[in-house]
Amino acid sequence: MVRPENGAGPVKLAVKDLAIHYGPKSALAGVSLDVREHEIFGIIGPANSGKTSFLRALNRMDLHTTGMRVEGSIHLDGRDVRKWRNVYALRRQIGVVFPLPVGLPLSVYDNVALSPRLRGIKNKADLDVVVERCLTRAALWDEVKDRLDSLGSLLSGGQQQRLTIARALSQDPKLLLLDEFSIAVDPVTTMRIEDILRTLKDEITIILVTNLVQQARRLADRTAFFLSGEFVEVGETEDLFTGAVRDPRTRAYVEGRFG
Amino acid sequence: MGVWNFRSGTLAMSGSPQDLGAQLDRRDLAWFVDKAVQALVFLGGVSAIVFILGIFVFITKEGFGFIAGRFDIVEFFGSTRWRPTSEQPTYGALALIVGTASVTGLAMLVAVPFSLGAAIYIGEFAQGRTREVLKILVELLAAIPSVVWGFIGLSIMNPLIIRLFDVPVGLNVLNSGFILGLMAAPIMTTIAEDSLKAVPDTYREAAEALGATRWQVIRRVVIPAARNGLVAAVLLGVGRGFGETMAVLMASGHSINLPTSVFDSVRALTATIAAELGETAVGSEHYRALFTLGIFLFVVTFIINLTADLVIRGIRKK
Ligand SMILES: Nc1ncnc2c1ncn2[C@@H]1O[C@H](COP(=O)(O)OP(=O)(O)OP(=O)(O)O)[C@@H](O)[C@H]1O
Ligand SMILES: [Mg+2]
Repeated sequence: MVRPENGAGPVKLAVKDLAIHYGPKSALAGVSLDVREHEIFGIIGPANSGKTSFLRALNRMDLHTTGMRVEGSIHLDGRDVRKWRNVYALRRQIGVVFPLPVGLPLSVYDNVALSPRLRGIKNKADLDVVVERCLTRAALWDEVKDRLDSLGSLLSGGQQQRLTIARALSQDPKLLLLDEFSIAVDPVTTMRIEDILRTLKDEITIILVTNLVQQARRLADRTAFFLSGEFVEVGETEDLFTGAVRDPRTRAYVEGRFG
Repeated sequence: MGVWNFRSGTLAMSGSPQDLGAQLDRRDLAWFVDKAVQALVFLGGVSAIVFILGIFVFITKEGFGFIAGRFDIVEFFGSTRWRPTSEQPTYGALALIVGTASVTGLAMLVAVPFSLGAAIYIGEFAQGRTREVLKILVELLAAIPSVVWGFIGLSIMNPLIIRLFDVPVGLNVLNSGFILGLMAAPIMTTIAEDSLKAVPDTYREAAEALGATRWQVIRRVVIPAARNGLVAAVLLGVGRGFGETMAVLMASGHSINLPTSVFDSVRALTATIAAELGETAVGSEHYRALFTLGIFLFVVTFIINLTADLVIRGIRKK
Protein backbone atom coordinates (compact mmCIF):
# COMPACT_ATOMS: atom_id res chain seq x y z
CA MET A 1 0.00 0.00 0.00
CA VAL A 2 1.10 3.54 -0.70
CA ARG A 3 2.12 5.56 2.33
CA PRO A 4 1.46 9.27 2.20
CA GLU A 5 4.39 11.51 3.13
CA ASN A 6 3.04 12.80 6.44
CA GLY A 7 2.55 9.32 7.82
CA ALA A 8 -1.25 9.40 8.32
CA GLY A 9 -3.25 6.33 7.25
CA PRO A 10 -2.46 4.53 4.03
CA VAL A 11 -4.14 5.77 0.88
CA LYS A 12 -7.58 4.28 0.39
CA LEU A 13 -8.62 6.10 -2.72
CA ALA A 14 -6.27 7.76 -5.16
CA VAL A 15 -7.77 10.07 -7.78
CA LYS A 16 -5.60 11.48 -10.52
CA ASP A 17 -6.46 13.98 -13.25
CA LEU A 18 -10.10 13.10 -13.06
CA ALA A 19 -12.40 14.82 -15.56
CA ILE A 20 -16.11 14.25 -16.01
CA HIS A 21 -18.17 15.23 -19.03
CA TYR A 22 -21.84 14.97 -19.84
CA GLY A 23 -21.92 14.87 -23.60
CA PRO A 24 -19.78 17.78 -24.74
CA LYS A 25 -20.29 19.63 -21.44
CA SER A 26 -17.61 19.49 -18.75
CA ALA A 27 -18.93 18.89 -15.23
CA LEU A 28 -15.67 18.52 -13.34
CA ALA A 29 -12.01 18.71 -14.29
CA GLY A 30 -8.49 18.41 -12.93
CA VAL A 31 -9.22 16.49 -9.74
CA SER A 32 -6.18 14.91 -8.12
CA LEU A 33 -6.49 13.90 -4.50
CA ASP A 34 -5.88 11.06 -2.07
CA VAL A 35 -8.34 9.85 0.52
CA ARG A 36 -6.70 8.06 3.44
CA GLU A 37 -7.96 5.10 5.31
CA HIS A 38 -10.15 5.89 8.31
CA GLU A 39 -10.51 9.53 7.61
CA ILE A 40 -13.58 11.58 6.93
CA PHE A 41 -12.86 13.37 3.72
CA GLY A 42 -15.01 16.41 3.12
CA ILE A 43 -15.99 17.87 -0.24
CA ILE A 44 -17.52 21.32 -0.24
CA GLY A 45 -18.63 23.60 -3.01
CA PRO A 46 -21.71 25.48 -4.16
CA ALA A 47 -24.49 23.94 -6.25
CA ASN A 48 -23.48 22.71 -9.67
CA SER A 49 -19.82 22.32 -8.81
CA GLY A 50 -19.59 18.63 -9.70
CA LYS A 51 -19.68 17.04 -6.24
CA THR A 52 -22.38 14.50 -6.99
CA SER A 53 -20.78 13.72 -10.34
CA PHE A 54 -17.54 12.96 -8.51
CA LEU A 55 -19.26 10.46 -6.22
CA ARG A 56 -21.01 8.83 -9.17
CA ALA A 57 -17.68 8.30 -10.88
CA LEU A 58 -16.33 6.49 -7.81
CA ASN A 59 -18.85 3.67 -7.87
CA ARG A 60 -19.10 3.67 -11.62
CA MET A 61 -22.63 4.91 -11.95
CA ASP A 62 -21.43 6.49 -15.17
CA LEU A 63 -22.18 3.13 -16.76
CA HIS A 64 -25.90 3.79 -16.33
CA THR A 65 -25.88 7.46 -17.23
CA THR A 66 -26.13 8.13 -20.93
CA GLY A 67 -23.56 10.65 -22.07
CA MET A 68 -21.51 10.59 -18.85
CA ARG A 69 -17.80 10.21 -19.57
CA VAL A 70 -15.02 9.82 -17.01
CA GLU A 71 -11.33 10.42 -17.76
CA GLY A 72 -8.24 10.12 -15.58
CA SER A 73 -7.81 7.42 -12.98
CA ILE A 74 -9.45 6.34 -9.74
CA HIS A 75 -7.71 3.70 -7.66
CA LEU A 76 -9.49 2.04 -4.76
CA ASP A 77 -7.00 0.07 -2.62
CA GLY A 78 -4.51 0.45 -5.42
CA ARG A 79 -6.82 -1.00 -8.05
CA ASP A 80 -8.23 1.06 -10.91
CA VAL A 81 -12.01 1.07 -10.54
CA ARG A 82 -12.38 0.99 -14.29
CA LYS A 83 -10.43 -2.22 -14.52
CA TRP A 84 -13.07 -4.05 -12.50
CA ARG A 85 -14.86 -6.25 -14.98
CA ASN A 86 -17.54 -6.93 -12.40
CA VAL A 87 -18.74 -3.49 -11.33
CA TYR A 88 -21.25 -5.09 -8.98
CA ALA A 89 -18.40 -6.44 -6.89
CA LEU A 90 -16.88 -2.97 -6.82
CA ARG A 91 -20.14 -1.38 -5.73
CA ARG A 92 -20.54 -3.84 -2.90
CA GLN A 93 -17.46 -2.28 -1.32
CA ILE A 94 -18.94 1.18 -1.47
CA GLY A 95 -21.96 2.36 0.49
CA VAL A 96 -23.92 5.35 -0.79
CA VAL A 97 -26.28 7.69 1.03
CA PHE A 98 -28.27 10.00 -1.21
CA PRO A 99 -29.36 13.60 -0.47
CA LEU A 100 -33.02 12.70 -0.12
CA PRO A 101 -33.62 9.45 1.72
CA VAL A 102 -34.56 6.76 -0.79
CA GLY A 103 -36.71 4.35 1.18
CA LEU A 104 -37.24 1.49 -1.22
CA PRO A 105 -40.88 0.39 -1.29
CA LEU A 106 -40.11 -2.37 1.15
CA SER A 107 -40.46 -2.89 4.88
CA VAL A 108 -37.85 -1.50 7.25
CA TYR A 109 -36.47 -4.99 7.66
CA ASP A 110 -36.39 -5.73 3.93
CA ASN A 111 -34.67 -2.43 3.17
CA VAL A 112 -31.73 -3.42 5.32
CA ALA A 113 -31.87 -7.09 4.37
CA LEU A 114 -31.88 -6.36 0.64
CA SER A 115 -28.15 -6.31 0.12
CA PRO A 116 -27.44 -9.43 2.21
CA ARG A 117 -30.22 -11.17 0.29
CA LEU A 118 -28.75 -10.08 -3.03
CA ARG A 119 -25.53 -11.60 -1.80
CA GLY A 120 -27.41 -14.86 -1.27
CA ILE A 121 -28.01 -14.99 2.48
CA LYS A 122 -31.36 -16.67 2.98
CA ASN A 123 -31.25 -17.87 6.56
CA LYS A 124 -33.61 -15.74 8.66
CA ALA A 125 -31.44 -15.89 11.75
CA ASP A 126 -28.39 -14.63 9.85
CA LEU A 127 -30.41 -11.83 8.31
CA ASP A 128 -31.80 -10.89 11.72
CA VAL A 129 -28.28 -10.46 13.02
CA VAL A 130 -27.25 -8.22 10.12
CA VAL A 131 -30.42 -6.13 10.29
CA GLU A 132 -30.12 -5.54 14.03
CA ARG A 133 -26.42 -4.71 13.83
CA CYS A 134 -26.82 -2.23 10.98
CA LEU A 135 -29.85 -0.52 12.48
CA THR A 136 -28.01 -0.23 15.77
CA ARG A 137 -24.98 1.29 14.09
CA ALA A 138 -27.26 3.78 12.37
CA ALA A 139 -28.80 4.65 15.77
CA LEU A 140 -32.22 3.60 14.58
CA TRP A 141 -32.75 0.21 16.19
CA ASP A 142 -34.48 1.43 19.35
CA GLU A 143 -36.95 3.49 17.35
CA VAL A 144 -37.95 0.84 14.83
CA LYS A 145 -37.42 -2.50 16.52
CA ASP A 146 -41.17 -2.83 17.08
CA ARG A 147 -42.13 -1.88 13.55
CA LEU A 148 -39.66 -3.72 11.37
CA ASP A 149 -42.50 -4.92 9.17
CA SER A 150 -43.99 -1.55 8.38
CA LEU A 151 -43.07 0.22 5.16
CA GLY A 152 -39.78 2.08 5.27
CA SER A 153 -41.41 5.04 3.56
CA LEU A 154 -43.73 5.50 6.54
CA LEU A 155 -40.85 6.48 8.81
CA SER A 156 -40.11 10.14 9.40
CA GLY A 157 -37.62 11.84 7.10
CA GLY A 158 -34.85 11.72 9.68
CA GLN A 159 -35.53 8.07 10.43
CA GLN A 160 -35.57 7.26 6.72
CA GLN A 161 -32.17 8.84 6.25
CA ARG A 162 -30.78 6.70 9.07
CA LEU A 163 -32.47 3.72 7.44
CA THR A 164 -30.56 4.41 4.24
CA ILE A 165 -27.36 4.60 6.29
CA ALA A 166 -28.20 1.24 7.84
CA ARG A 167 -28.84 -0.10 4.36
CA ALA A 168 -25.54 1.26 3.09
CA LEU A 169 -23.78 -0.41 6.03
CA SER A 170 -25.49 -3.74 5.41
CA GLN A 171 -22.92 -4.65 2.80
CA ASP A 172 -19.93 -3.93 5.08
CA PRO A 173 -18.54 -1.24 2.79
CA LYS A 174 -14.94 -0.18 3.00
CA LEU A 175 -15.90 3.22 1.73
CA LEU A 176 -19.00 5.19 2.57
CA LEU A 177 -20.12 8.05 0.33
CA LEU A 178 -22.56 10.57 1.72
CA ASP A 179 -24.08 13.17 -0.59
CA GLU A 180 -25.52 16.13 1.33
CA PHE A 181 -27.22 13.73 3.69
CA SER A 182 -28.65 16.45 5.93
CA ILE A 183 -30.57 18.29 3.23
CA ALA A 184 -33.94 16.97 4.43
CA VAL A 185 -33.06 16.23 8.02
CA ASP A 186 -33.64 18.31 11.15
CA PRO A 187 -30.64 19.66 13.13
CA VAL A 188 -31.00 17.17 15.98
CA THR A 189 -31.02 14.18 13.65
CA THR A 190 -28.14 15.75 11.74
CA MET A 191 -26.12 15.86 14.95
CA ARG A 192 -26.99 12.24 15.70
CA ILE A 193 -25.88 11.15 12.24
CA GLU A 194 -22.68 13.16 12.63
CA ASP A 195 -21.99 11.26 15.84
CA ILE A 196 -22.60 8.01 14.00
CA LEU A 197 -20.09 9.02 11.35
CA ARG A 198 -17.43 9.80 13.96
CA THR A 199 -17.86 6.31 15.35
CA LEU A 200 -17.92 4.63 11.95
CA LYS A 201 -14.66 6.32 11.04
CA ASP A 202 -12.78 3.74 13.09
CA GLU A 203 -13.89 1.04 10.70
CA ILE A 204 -14.49 2.63 7.35
CA THR A 205 -13.36 5.51 5.22
CA ILE A 206 -15.95 8.18 4.64
CA ILE A 207 -16.33 10.75 1.88
CA LEU A 208 -18.72 13.44 2.93
CA VAL A 209 -20.13 15.83 0.35
CA THR A 210 -21.79 18.70 2.09
CA ASN A 211 -23.23 22.08 1.33
CA LEU A 212 -22.77 23.13 4.95
CA VAL A 213 -19.21 24.32 5.40
CA GLN A 214 -19.58 24.12 9.16
CA GLN A 215 -20.48 20.46 8.87
CA ALA A 216 -17.25 19.85 7.00
CA ARG A 217 -15.43 21.74 9.72
CA ARG A 218 -17.04 19.66 12.46
CA LEU A 219 -16.42 16.30 10.82
CA ALA A 220 -13.84 16.25 8.09
CA ASP A 221 -10.16 15.60 8.65
CA ARG A 222 -9.32 16.97 5.27
CA THR A 223 -11.49 18.81 2.80
CA ALA A 224 -11.51 19.50 -0.91
CA PHE A 225 -13.14 22.52 -2.50
CA PHE A 226 -14.88 22.23 -5.87
CA LEU A 227 -16.14 25.29 -7.67
CA SER A 228 -18.19 25.24 -10.89
CA GLY A 229 -16.59 22.07 -12.14
CA GLU A 230 -13.11 23.11 -11.13
CA PHE A 231 -11.07 21.38 -8.45
CA VAL A 232 -9.74 24.32 -6.49
CA GLU A 233 -7.69 22.65 -3.78
CA VAL A 234 -7.52 20.14 -0.97
CA GLY A 235 -6.07 20.55 2.51
CA GLU A 236 -6.41 19.90 6.22
CA THR A 237 -9.89 21.10 7.09
CA GLU A 238 -8.68 23.50 9.77
CA ASP A 239 -6.31 25.13 7.29
CA LEU A 240 -9.25 25.96 5.06
CA PHE A 241 -10.88 27.85 7.87
CA THR A 242 -7.84 29.54 9.33
CA GLY A 243 -6.67 30.85 6.02
CA ALA A 244 -3.61 28.69 5.63
CA VAL A 245 -4.65 27.83 2.11
CA ARG A 246 -3.37 28.99 -1.20
CA ASP A 247 -6.49 29.98 -3.05
CA PRO A 248 -8.39 33.08 -1.95
CA ARG A 249 -11.63 31.67 -3.37
CA THR A 250 -11.63 28.90 -0.79
CA ARG A 251 -11.34 31.38 2.03
CA ALA A 252 -14.12 33.48 0.55
CA TYR A 253 -16.39 30.46 0.25
CA VAL A 254 -15.91 29.09 3.76
CA GLU A 255 -16.41 32.54 5.21
CA GLY A 256 -19.61 32.96 3.25
CA ARG A 257 -18.37 35.93 1.27
CA PHE A 258 -19.18 34.64 -2.13
CA GLY A 259 -20.69 35.62 -5.43
CA MET B 1 -72.04 46.70 -20.61
CA GLY B 2 -68.37 46.08 -20.92
CA VAL B 3 -66.35 45.33 -24.04
CA TRP B 4 -63.54 42.88 -23.61
CA ASN B 5 -60.29 44.05 -25.13
CA PHE B 6 -58.36 40.88 -25.88
CA ARG B 7 -55.17 42.58 -26.85
CA SER B 8 -54.63 44.40 -23.62
CA GLY B 9 -56.70 41.95 -21.66
CA THR B 10 -58.87 44.64 -20.12
CA LEU B 11 -62.54 45.15 -19.93
CA ALA B 12 -63.45 48.60 -21.14
CA MET B 13 -66.64 50.00 -19.67
CA SER B 14 -68.65 52.08 -22.07
CA GLY B 15 -69.25 54.84 -19.59
CA SER B 16 -66.07 55.16 -17.63
CA PRO B 17 -63.24 53.41 -19.42
CA GLN B 18 -60.84 53.55 -16.51
CA ASP B 19 -63.03 52.50 -13.62
CA LEU B 20 -63.30 48.73 -13.84
CA GLY B 21 -61.08 48.17 -16.85
CA ALA B 22 -57.97 48.93 -14.91
CA GLN B 23 -58.71 46.18 -12.38
CA LEU B 24 -59.45 43.36 -14.78
CA ASP B 25 -56.68 41.57 -16.59
CA ARG B 26 -56.02 38.44 -18.59
CA ARG B 27 -56.60 36.23 -15.55
CA ASP B 28 -60.25 37.20 -15.54
CA LEU B 29 -60.69 35.86 -19.04
CA ALA B 30 -58.81 32.75 -17.97
CA TRP B 31 -61.16 32.43 -15.02
CA PHE B 32 -64.17 32.66 -17.32
CA VAL B 33 -62.71 30.03 -19.67
CA ASP B 34 -62.00 27.86 -16.64
CA LYS B 35 -65.62 27.98 -15.57
CA ALA B 36 -66.88 27.27 -19.08
CA VAL B 37 -64.55 24.28 -19.49
CA GLN B 38 -65.57 23.03 -16.08
CA ALA B 39 -69.20 23.08 -17.12
CA LEU B 40 -68.43 21.26 -20.38
CA VAL B 41 -66.42 18.59 -18.62
CA PHE B 42 -69.20 18.15 -16.10
CA LEU B 43 -71.75 17.73 -18.91
CA GLY B 44 -69.48 15.25 -20.63
CA GLY B 45 -69.02 13.24 -17.46
CA VAL B 46 -72.71 13.21 -16.66
CA SER B 47 -73.71 12.15 -20.16
CA ALA B 48 -71.13 9.34 -20.11
CA ILE B 49 -72.67 8.05 -16.90
CA VAL B 50 -76.16 8.46 -18.32
CA PHE B 51 -75.22 6.50 -21.46
CA ILE B 52 -73.65 3.68 -19.50
CA LEU B 53 -76.62 3.47 -17.18
CA GLY B 54 -78.88 3.62 -20.22
CA ILE B 55 -77.08 0.70 -21.84
CA PHE B 56 -77.25 -1.26 -18.64
CA VAL B 57 -80.95 -0.55 -18.23
CA PHE B 58 -81.61 -1.50 -21.85
CA ILE B 59 -79.77 -4.82 -21.63
CA THR B 60 -81.38 -5.64 -18.33
CA LYS B 61 -84.83 -4.76 -19.57
CA GLU B 62 -84.46 -6.88 -22.68
CA GLY B 63 -83.07 -9.80 -20.74
CA PHE B 64 -85.41 -9.46 -17.80
CA GLY B 65 -88.38 -11.12 -19.42
CA PHE B 66 -86.29 -14.25 -19.80
CA ILE B 67 -84.73 -14.15 -16.34
CA ALA B 68 -88.14 -13.70 -14.72
CA GLY B 69 -89.82 -16.40 -16.82
CA ARG B 70 -88.17 -19.24 -18.68
CA PHE B 71 -84.75 -18.83 -17.00
CA ASP B 72 -83.57 -21.83 -15.03
CA ILE B 73 -80.36 -21.20 -13.16
CA VAL B 74 -79.40 -24.87 -13.01
CA GLU B 75 -79.93 -25.30 -16.72
CA PHE B 76 -78.19 -22.03 -17.59
CA PHE B 77 -75.01 -22.71 -15.66
CA GLY B 78 -75.17 -26.51 -15.61
CA SER B 79 -76.21 -27.70 -19.04
CA THR B 80 -74.21 -27.64 -22.22
CA ARG B 81 -77.29 -27.75 -24.42
CA TRP B 82 -77.76 -24.40 -26.06
CA ARG B 83 -80.65 -25.17 -28.42
CA PRO B 84 -82.74 -22.06 -28.66
CA THR B 85 -84.23 -23.00 -32.03
CA SER B 86 -85.31 -26.58 -31.42
CA GLU B 87 -88.92 -27.64 -30.82
CA GLN B 88 -88.25 -27.80 -27.12
CA PRO B 89 -85.69 -25.03 -26.70
CA THR B 90 -83.04 -25.44 -24.01
CA TYR B 91 -80.77 -22.68 -22.83
CA GLY B 92 -77.71 -24.24 -21.26
CA ALA B 93 -74.82 -21.77 -21.39
CA LEU B 94 -72.19 -23.91 -19.69
CA ALA B 95 -70.38 -24.79 -22.92
CA LEU B 96 -70.35 -21.13 -23.95
CA ILE B 97 -69.01 -20.02 -20.60
CA VAL B 98 -66.35 -22.71 -20.60
CA GLY B 99 -65.56 -21.86 -24.21
CA THR B 100 -64.98 -18.20 -23.40
CA ALA B 101 -63.04 -19.07 -20.26
CA SER B 102 -60.75 -21.58 -21.96
CA VAL B 103 -59.99 -19.28 -24.86
CA THR B 104 -59.32 -16.39 -22.48
CA GLY B 105 -57.22 -18.61 -20.23
CA LEU B 106 -55.03 -19.76 -23.08
CA ALA B 107 -54.83 -16.19 -24.34
CA MET B 108 -53.46 -15.09 -20.98
CA LEU B 109 -50.92 -17.93 -21.00
CA VAL B 110 -49.66 -16.45 -24.25
CA ALA B 111 -50.11 -12.76 -23.47
CA VAL B 112 -48.82 -12.51 -19.89
CA PRO B 113 -45.24 -13.69 -20.43
CA PHE B 114 -45.16 -12.00 -23.82
CA SER B 115 -46.37 -8.61 -22.64
CA LEU B 116 -44.50 -8.54 -19.34
CA GLY B 117 -41.33 -9.55 -21.12
CA ALA B 118 -41.83 -6.89 -23.75
CA ALA B 119 -42.65 -4.26 -21.11
CA ILE B 120 -39.52 -5.11 -19.12
CA TYR B 121 -37.38 -5.01 -22.21
CA ILE B 122 -38.79 -1.71 -23.43
CA GLY B 123 -38.92 -0.09 -20.03
CA GLU B 124 -35.68 -1.33 -18.48
CA PHE B 125 -33.27 -2.37 -21.19
CA ALA B 126 -33.99 -0.66 -24.48
CA GLN B 127 -32.41 2.74 -24.86
CA GLY B 128 -33.07 5.85 -26.88
CA ARG B 129 -34.09 5.12 -30.44
CA THR B 130 -34.74 1.40 -30.10
CA ARG B 131 -37.07 2.15 -27.26
CA GLU B 132 -39.07 4.75 -29.15
CA VAL B 133 -39.36 2.54 -32.22
CA LEU B 134 -40.52 -0.42 -30.12
CA LYS B 135 -43.11 1.68 -28.33
CA ILE B 136 -44.54 2.89 -31.62
CA LEU B 137 -44.55 -0.67 -32.91
CA VAL B 138 -46.48 -1.89 -29.89
CA GLU B 139 -49.01 0.88 -30.32
CA LEU B 140 -49.40 -0.03 -33.98
CA LEU B 141 -50.04 -3.64 -33.01
CA ALA B 142 -52.68 -2.48 -30.55
CA ALA B 143 -54.47 -0.71 -33.38
CA ILE B 144 -54.94 -3.79 -35.57
CA PRO B 145 -58.70 -4.37 -35.84
CA SER B 146 -59.95 -7.62 -34.41
CA VAL B 147 -61.41 -8.78 -37.70
CA VAL B 148 -57.88 -8.76 -39.10
CA TRP B 149 -56.76 -10.99 -36.26
CA GLY B 150 -59.71 -13.26 -37.00
CA PHE B 151 -58.62 -13.34 -40.60
CA ILE B 152 -55.09 -14.34 -39.56
CA GLY B 153 -56.60 -17.09 -37.42
CA LEU B 154 -58.69 -18.34 -40.28
CA SER B 155 -56.23 -18.19 -43.13
CA ILE B 156 -52.80 -18.60 -41.52
CA MET B 157 -53.18 -20.27 -38.14
CA ASN B 158 -55.82 -22.73 -39.32
CA PRO B 159 -53.76 -24.49 -42.02
CA LEU B 160 -50.66 -24.16 -39.85
CA ILE B 161 -52.28 -26.01 -36.94
CA ILE B 162 -53.66 -28.68 -39.24
CA ARG B 163 -50.21 -29.28 -40.69
CA LEU B 164 -48.21 -29.04 -37.47
CA PHE B 165 -50.41 -31.14 -35.22
CA ASP B 166 -52.06 -33.34 -37.80
CA VAL B 167 -55.63 -32.56 -36.69
CA PRO B 168 -58.69 -32.35 -38.94
CA VAL B 169 -59.66 -28.77 -38.02
CA GLY B 170 -57.47 -25.87 -37.04
CA LEU B 171 -60.24 -23.66 -35.73
CA ASN B 172 -60.20 -24.38 -32.03
CA VAL B 173 -59.17 -23.26 -28.55
CA LEU B 174 -55.50 -23.22 -29.54
CA ASN B 175 -56.06 -21.03 -32.55
CA SER B 176 -58.42 -18.52 -30.98
CA GLY B 177 -56.53 -18.44 -27.66
CA PHE B 178 -53.27 -17.74 -29.44
CA ILE B 179 -54.81 -15.07 -31.64
CA LEU B 180 -56.53 -13.47 -28.68
CA GLY B 181 -53.29 -13.54 -26.71
CA LEU B 182 -51.42 -11.72 -29.47
CA MET B 183 -54.27 -9.29 -29.65
CA ALA B 184 -54.36 -8.49 -25.95
CA ALA B 185 -50.57 -8.37 -25.54
CA PRO B 186 -49.91 -4.89 -26.96
CA ILE B 187 -52.33 -3.04 -24.71
CA MET B 188 -51.11 -5.08 -21.74
CA THR B 189 -47.53 -4.21 -22.68
CA THR B 190 -48.35 -0.53 -22.78
CA ILE B 191 -50.00 -0.53 -19.37
CA ALA B 192 -47.28 -2.68 -17.84
CA GLU B 193 -44.58 -0.45 -19.30
CA ASP B 194 -46.31 2.63 -17.91
CA SER B 195 -46.31 1.15 -14.46
CA LEU B 196 -42.61 0.25 -14.72
CA LYS B 197 -41.89 3.79 -15.85
CA ALA B 198 -43.74 5.11 -12.82
CA VAL B 199 -41.12 3.53 -10.56
CA PRO B 200 -38.75 6.37 -9.67
CA ASP B 201 -35.18 6.12 -10.95
CA THR B 202 -33.93 6.83 -7.45
CA TYR B 203 -35.08 3.31 -6.49
CA ARG B 204 -33.02 1.83 -9.29
CA GLU B 205 -29.98 3.89 -8.37
CA ALA B 206 -30.28 3.00 -4.71
CA ALA B 207 -30.41 -0.69 -5.56
CA GLU B 208 -27.57 -0.39 -8.05
CA ALA B 209 -25.47 1.33 -5.41
CA LEU B 210 -25.98 -1.79 -3.31
CA GLY B 211 -24.26 -3.80 -5.99
CA ALA B 212 -27.45 -5.29 -7.41
CA THR B 213 -27.15 -6.50 -10.98
CA ARG B 214 -29.52 -5.19 -13.60
CA TRP B 215 -31.75 -8.20 -13.30
CA GLN B 216 -31.70 -8.13 -9.49
CA VAL B 217 -32.77 -4.49 -9.56
CA ILE B 218 -35.72 -5.42 -11.77
CA ARG B 219 -36.73 -8.48 -9.82
CA ARG B 220 -36.22 -7.21 -6.28
CA VAL B 221 -37.13 -3.56 -6.58
CA VAL B 222 -38.79 -2.51 -9.82
CA ILE B 223 -41.32 -5.33 -10.20
CA PRO B 224 -42.45 -5.24 -6.54
CA ALA B 225 -42.82 -1.47 -6.79
CA ALA B 226 -44.83 -1.77 -10.01
CA ARG B 227 -46.77 -4.83 -8.91
CA ASN B 228 -50.20 -3.24 -8.79
CA GLY B 229 -49.88 -1.80 -12.27
CA LEU B 230 -48.72 -5.15 -13.61
CA VAL B 231 -51.69 -6.93 -12.03
CA ALA B 232 -53.99 -4.31 -13.50
CA ALA B 233 -52.47 -4.87 -16.93
CA VAL B 234 -53.19 -8.58 -16.70
CA LEU B 235 -56.75 -8.02 -15.47
CA LEU B 236 -57.48 -5.59 -18.28
CA GLY B 237 -56.15 -8.21 -20.67
CA VAL B 238 -58.55 -10.76 -19.19
CA GLY B 239 -61.41 -8.29 -19.59
CA ARG B 240 -60.40 -7.75 -23.16
CA GLY B 241 -60.35 -11.49 -23.78
CA PHE B 242 -63.78 -12.00 -22.30
CA GLY B 243 -65.34 -9.28 -24.37
CA GLU B 244 -63.65 -9.98 -27.68
CA THR B 245 -66.07 -11.20 -30.33
CA MET B 246 -65.01 -11.12 -33.93
CA ALA B 247 -61.61 -12.79 -33.73
CA VAL B 248 -62.98 -15.50 -31.49
CA LEU B 249 -65.98 -16.07 -33.71
CA MET B 250 -63.68 -16.57 -36.68
CA ALA B 251 -60.94 -18.65 -35.07
CA SER B 252 -62.68 -20.80 -32.48
CA GLY B 253 -64.66 -23.04 -34.79
CA HIS B 254 -67.91 -21.81 -33.25
CA SER B 255 -69.26 -25.20 -32.28
CA ILE B 256 -70.84 -25.98 -28.96
CA ASN B 257 -68.48 -28.19 -27.05
CA LEU B 258 -67.07 -28.74 -23.61
CA PRO B 259 -63.43 -28.77 -24.68
CA THR B 260 -61.23 -31.60 -23.48
CA SER B 261 -58.13 -30.46 -25.32
CA VAL B 262 -56.89 -27.31 -27.01
CA PHE B 263 -57.72 -28.91 -30.34
CA ASP B 264 -61.46 -28.90 -29.66
CA SER B 265 -63.60 -26.28 -31.30
CA VAL B 266 -65.56 -24.14 -28.91
CA ARG B 267 -68.07 -21.37 -28.97
CA ALA B 268 -67.80 -18.14 -27.01
CA LEU B 269 -70.53 -16.15 -25.28
CA THR B 270 -69.84 -13.07 -27.35
CA ALA B 271 -69.72 -14.95 -30.63
CA THR B 272 -73.05 -16.59 -29.85
CA ILE B 273 -74.73 -13.25 -29.34
CA ALA B 274 -73.17 -11.79 -32.47
CA ALA B 275 -74.09 -14.75 -34.64
CA GLU B 276 -77.64 -15.35 -33.42
CA LEU B 277 -79.08 -11.98 -32.50
CA GLY B 278 -79.68 -10.94 -36.08
CA GLU B 279 -81.85 -13.99 -36.71
CA THR B 280 -84.18 -13.73 -33.78
CA ALA B 281 -87.45 -11.87 -33.58
CA VAL B 282 -87.24 -8.87 -31.31
CA GLY B 283 -88.85 -9.73 -27.99
CA SER B 284 -88.85 -13.50 -28.57
CA GLU B 285 -87.63 -15.92 -25.93
CA HIS B 286 -84.45 -16.61 -27.88
CA TYR B 287 -83.84 -12.87 -28.22
CA ARG B 288 -84.23 -12.38 -24.48
CA ALA B 289 -82.01 -15.35 -23.72
CA LEU B 290 -79.23 -13.77 -25.77
CA PHE B 291 -79.63 -10.60 -23.75
CA THR B 292 -79.29 -12.68 -20.61
CA LEU B 293 -75.93 -13.85 -21.93
CA GLY B 294 -75.14 -10.19 -22.44
CA ILE B 295 -75.99 -9.37 -18.83
CA PHE B 296 -73.76 -12.20 -17.65
CA LEU B 297 -70.86 -10.91 -19.79
CA PHE B 298 -71.47 -7.40 -18.62
CA VAL B 299 -71.37 -8.41 -14.97
CA VAL B 300 -68.20 -10.47 -15.39
CA THR B 301 -66.26 -7.81 -17.32
CA PHE B 302 -67.54 -5.19 -14.90
CA ILE B 303 -66.16 -7.14 -11.97
CA ILE B 304 -62.83 -7.67 -13.73
CA ASN B 305 -62.46 -4.02 -14.66
CA LEU B 306 -63.54 -2.88 -11.24
CA THR B 307 -60.91 -5.11 -9.67
CA ALA B 308 -58.30 -3.73 -12.04
CA ASP B 309 -59.38 -0.22 -11.15
CA LEU B 310 -59.23 -0.89 -7.43
CA VAL B 311 -55.78 -2.40 -7.86
CA ILE B 312 -54.59 0.69 -9.74
CA ARG B 313 -56.05 2.90 -7.03
CA GLY B 314 -54.05 0.85 -4.56
CA ILE B 315 -50.87 2.11 -6.23
CA ARG B 316 -51.80 5.70 -5.82
CA LYS B 317 -52.59 5.38 -2.14
CA LYS B 318 -49.05 4.27 -1.32
N1 LIG C 1 -27.23 13.05 -15.74
C1 LIG C 1 -26.73 14.24 -16.15
N2 LIG C 1 -26.82 14.58 -17.44
C2 LIG C 1 -26.32 15.78 -17.87
N3 LIG C 1 -25.72 16.67 -17.08
C3 LIG C 1 -25.60 16.38 -15.77
C4 LIG C 1 -26.11 15.15 -15.24
N4 LIG C 1 -25.86 15.14 -13.91
C5 LIG C 1 -25.22 16.29 -13.63
N5 LIG C 1 -25.06 17.05 -14.74
C6 LIG C 1 -24.40 18.36 -14.83
O1 LIG C 1 -23.13 18.29 -14.21
C7 LIG C 1 -22.86 19.48 -13.49
C8 LIG C 1 -22.48 19.15 -12.06
O2 LIG C 1 -23.60 18.58 -11.41
P1 LIG C 1 -23.51 17.89 -10.00
O3 LIG C 1 -24.80 17.25 -9.72
O4 LIG C 1 -22.30 17.02 -9.96
O5 LIG C 1 -23.29 19.15 -9.05
P2 LIG C 1 -23.31 19.20 -7.46
O6 LIG C 1 -22.04 19.83 -7.05
O7 LIG C 1 -23.62 17.89 -6.90
O8 LIG C 1 -24.49 20.22 -7.19
P3 LIG C 1 -25.53 20.26 -5.95
O9 LIG C 1 -24.79 20.87 -4.81
O10 LIG C 1 -26.62 21.17 -6.45
O11 LIG C 1 -25.98 18.88 -5.71
C9 LIG C 1 -24.12 20.33 -13.61
O12 LIG C 1 -23.89 21.32 -14.57
C10 LIG C 1 -25.19 19.39 -14.08
O13 LIG C 1 -26.10 20.05 -14.91
MG1 LIG D 1 -25.23 17.11 -5.73
